[in-house]
Amino acid sequence: MESVTIKGTSDGLVITLSEGPLHVVLSQMKTQLSSRASFFLGGRVALRVGDRALSEDQLQEIGNDLQSMGMSLWAVEAEHPATLTAARQLGLETHLRPGESVPVPTPEQISREEMVGIVVRGTLRSGQTIHHAGHVTVIGDVNPGAEVVAGGDIIVWGKLRGIAHAGAMGDDGALVCALQLAPSQIRIGSHIARPPDRGRPPKVAEIATIQDDSIVVERWDKRK
Amino acid sequence: MTARVITVTSGKGGVGKTTTTANLGVALAMLGQRVVTLDADIGLRNLDVVMGLENRIVYDLVDAVEGHCRLRQALIRDKRLSELFLLPAAQTRDKTAVSPAQMIELCDQLRPDFDYILVDSPAGIEQGYRNAVAPADEVIIVTTPAVSAVRDADRIVGLVEAEGKGPPTLIINRLAPDMVQRGQMLSTEDIVEILAIDLLGIVPEDKQIIISTNSGAPVALDGKSPSGQAFRNIAGRILGQDIPFMPLKGSAGMLGRLTRFIRG
Repeated sequence: MESVTIKGTSDGLVITLSEGPLHVVLSQMKTQLSSRASFFLGGRVALRVGDRALSEDQLQEIGNDLQSMGMSLWAVEAEHPATLTAARQLGLETHLRPGESVPVPTPEQISREEMVGIVVRGTLRSGQTIHHAGHVTVIGDVNPGAEVVAGGDIIVWGKLRGIAHAGAMGDDGALVCALQLAPSQIRIGSHIARPPDRGRPPKVAEIATIQDDSIVVERWDKRK
Repeated sequence: MTARVITVTSGKGGVGKTTTTANLGVALAMLGQRVVTLDADIGLRNLDVVMGLENRIVYDLVDAVEGHCRLRQALIRDKRLSELFLLPAAQTRDKTAVSPAQMIELCDQLRPDFDYILVDSPAGIEQGYRNAVAPADEVIIVTTPAVSAVRDADRIVGLVEAEGKGPPTLIINRLAPDMVQRGQMLSTEDIVEILAIDLLGIVPEDKQIIISTNSGAPVALDGKSPSGQAFRNIAGRILGQDIPFMPLKGSAGMLGRLTRFIRG
């Protein structure tokens, strides 16, 4: 059963990984590529991974494998934010329109009102990260050891127990809120705060903002 | 017969992967299954010691993979149960000695002759872990009720889900009901709430485990030990039996029993 489709385009190969255990799919990819290696030599490869969550290490390994076959990985098209983050960290493109570069927003360019928000469904597990230039909403928990870094606001419709960094491009006016705010660290703009040692956090939604130059957490129903 | 391959992993070291693998192997064999336990912790092998078979190792997993022996020659029959076998790891090599693809091939060679292949994973998330998870049809994650262990287990759940192996199941090991009642230890509910995977079993803290791992006689053989009973229950659940979780009472000593009687 073919679990890997390889298409040639004017800008190199587009390889689409489908369902199934990762190692099986990658092994099939290598088999298919090596049977026609000389034809593909020197080519650029864009990888479509669907909704898989892949880490930097995993993408690096795939890149190395491709390189050993004389090809270079230049882009990863993914639906899962953790994969997109990992791809960007490695300097890979995440859009497959050749020639079009994705403009990197600077703080002066985008105001909070103009920012684009993403919604991530599901729990973020330890070691997974989301980096996004705009707002981030997580519908699920952010477990200890997970990180959300957003240029805009961070909303966790669940328990925030990992690290949240809102206004990460220098916006002290950003906010972090959660149904249960219990982060290991909270960062807004250039401020960092540790939650107080308060035992179990109250089972009420809370919002964190910067007031008078420090991070203040208020109950949602009692906010000023 | 075509074996189900189950990998036992955790992320964190020292939470009871090897003890669990050995005891589930014993318990499944006691229930009539033909089982091989496979030690994937190359360089730091322990499964052989815990099963009491360390003096019987002639060939190991790396020998078989490198072709120095036939696979059959590396399998060691358990000294008590005739349907239980061990494929030991090598002690003088390290995790780079085999690859995930070789592990898959090895397990495929074993599949026709067994009902279950239990793979004991090393700690960590690097090559050793990848070797152990590669051949798995399903994964069991072991954690203790400690914040650091649960943090590592959460990482592993994320990695296993990304591998496309389906959701793993959970064994909570070394639960001490007294400490949970006093609020000094994470409860089952706390742990399941963070990890959000199905609970396969709970093994209570039991001093007998130390004695049994040192003497190479897995507790599942012991009719009296609570942890042995827990492992036997888990084996039953793996076989599809509907076994309720043991009520974990604190203070099982004489005074505890007397107090409960007085309270009526």
